[in-house]
Amino acid sequence: MSDKPITYSPDCKYTETHEWARQEGDLIVVGISDYAQNQLGDIVFVEMPPIGDTVQAGKAFSVIESVKAASDIYAPVSGTVAATNADVVNDPALVNQDAFGAGWLVKIRPSQPGEMDKLLDATAYQQKVEAGELK
Amino acid sequence: MLTLRRTPLYDTHRALGARMVEFGGWEMPVQYSGILAEHQTVRHAAGLFDTDHMGQFEVTGRDALPFLQHLLTADLATMEMFEARYAILCYADGTCVDDTFVYKLPGRPKTSPRYLIVVNASNRLKDWAWMNAHRGGFRVNLHDLSDEWCMLAFQGPKAETILQRLEPFDLSALKYHRAREFKIGQGRGLIARTGYTGEDGFELFFPVAHAKHLWDAILEAGQADGALPIGFGARDSLRFEAKLPLYGHEIDAHTTPLEAALGWACALDKMFIGRDALLKQKLEGVAKKLVGFEMVDRGIARSGYEIAKDGRAIGIVTTGMFAPTLGKNLGLGFVPPEFAALGTEFEVIVRGKPLKARVVKTPFYERPGRS
Repeated sequence: MSDKPITYSPDCKYTETHEWARQEGDLIVVGISDYAQNQLGDIVFVEMPPIGDTVQAGKAFSVIESVKAASDIYAPVSGTVAATNADVVNDPALVNQDAFGAGWLVKIRPSQPGEMDKLLDATAYQQKVEAGELK
Repeated sequence: MLTLRRTPLYDTHRALGARMVEFGGWEMPVQYSGILAEHQTVRHAAGLFDTDHMGQFEVTGRDALPFLQHLLTADLATMEMFEARYAILCYADGTCVDDTFVYKLPGRPKTSPRYLIVVNASNRLKDWAWMNAHRGGFRVNLHDLSDEWCMLAFQGPKAETILQRLEPFDLSALKYHRAREFKIGQGRGLIARTGYTGEDGFELFFPVAHAKHLWDAILEAGQADGALPIGFGARDSLRFEAKLPLYGHEIDAHTTPLEAALGWACALDKMFIGRDALLKQKLEGVAKKLVGFEMVDRGIARSGYEIAKDGRAIGIVTTGMFAPTLGKNLGLGFVPPEFAALGTEFEVIVRGKPLKARVVKTPFYERPGRS
C-alpha cells in the first residue's frame, strides 16, 4: 500500500475531510480518497447507512474502521442514499485496493443543486494535502 | 511542549518507509508495509521490533533479592540464574504501578545475582521514582540502563532458524523464559526467549552503539524467509490475540492483577507491597473480571466503549479490534463476575448502539504445538 504513489482521480471532486464525489447520471458516487485510505491503513470494517437515509453535506453518514481506529465519513453533498456498496461491506480491503473504483461507498441522490461546485477539484485537493493543510 | 523521544533506529525506520506515531512519550513506527501483513508475518515467518523505548533498570547489592521481593508480586526466590519472570509492581491497595519482566543474571562476583527489570516506556519515570522511594534500609544499587542499552524483539516461528545464522551457540537449547549472553563487537549482549506476541521468539539487549548494525544483520539474515520490520500496530494486535495485558488498558492504577486474570503472577504466600489488599480481595472475591468476547452483531468494540446488559452499564472494553489471525471482531473487557462465564451474552455500546457480544475462551490465539 504505502509504497505506491498517492493518486488523485481528476474526474472527482473532493472534501477537506478526504471524501471524493463523482457525478454519475443523476446520482453522486461517494468514496474516500486514495490519500485517506493510505493514511487509515488496512480497512477492516465499513458501516453503511440504510438505503433511503437522508444525508446532509458535511455530516457523518458512515464509519470506516482500520485495524487501529474508527473514522467518520462525511457526506460531500446533501440528499438521500440511493445505493450502498455491498462488496465493500463484505471485503473492506477493496477501499485500500481501489479507492476510486471498486472501493466506492454510497450513491447519493442529491437534493441541493450546486453543492458539487463548492467541493475542491483534484488539483486543489492535492495541493492542500501536500501542503499539510488537511488533517 | 513535550518533546517526543526517539530510539537510535529512528532514521532506519524512516528509511524503511515507516509511519511514525507517538507511543508512551516516544516517536515509534506504527507500521511499515501495513498492520495486517505485518501481523501475519509474525504469525507465519518472523518479525523484528524496535522495543528500545522500554525502560531497563538494574538492581544489584546484597539486598537485591529481598528488595525486589518487597516490590514485585512474583516469588523471585525460586528463580534460577538466567531465568526471566513476569512480575507486577503493585500499590499498597493492590492496583498496578506497572508490569515488568525480571531477569536474574550473574553479577560480580558471578555467584551474586544482578536483576534486570524491564518496564513500560510510559511508566519508566514513575517506576524509577517508585523503586527509589521504597529503598528504605535495603542495601541495593539501582542503575537506569535504559539509555545505554538497546532492546529489540525478534518474534515468529522462523525466528530461531534465522537468528541461528548469526549466533554460534545452539539457540534450540535456550528454553522458554531463559536467557544467555552473546558476543557483540567487543562487548556482550543478552538474548532471551521471551516476547509479547504469542509466538516463539527472542528479545535482545545490547549496548546501544550496535543498534543499527544488529537491526540490519537480523533483517538481512531473515530476508529469504520473509522476515520484516514490524510496527506498533501489529505489536498491539499480536499481544491482544494472545491476551497479553497492556498497561493503561487491561491493567492500571484502578485495577488489581487478580481482576486482570494475572493472579498466577502473584505469590500471595510471601510479603510484598499490595499483598494484603490482594489477599483480602482473593478471599472476598473480585468486583470485576477481565473477559474475552466475540462480537455477535456486526461492529468493532474499541477501548473505552461501555459494556451493558439489558440497558444497564456493567463494564468497559479495555482493548477491542478486528483480530487478524482469527478473522473476527474480538474484545477484552471488565465485567462483574456474574457476567464472566463462557457463553454469557451482553451488549457493547458502539456509537450509541447496543451490539450483541458473547464471552469466549481466552487467549483468543495460542500458537500451534505450544505445550
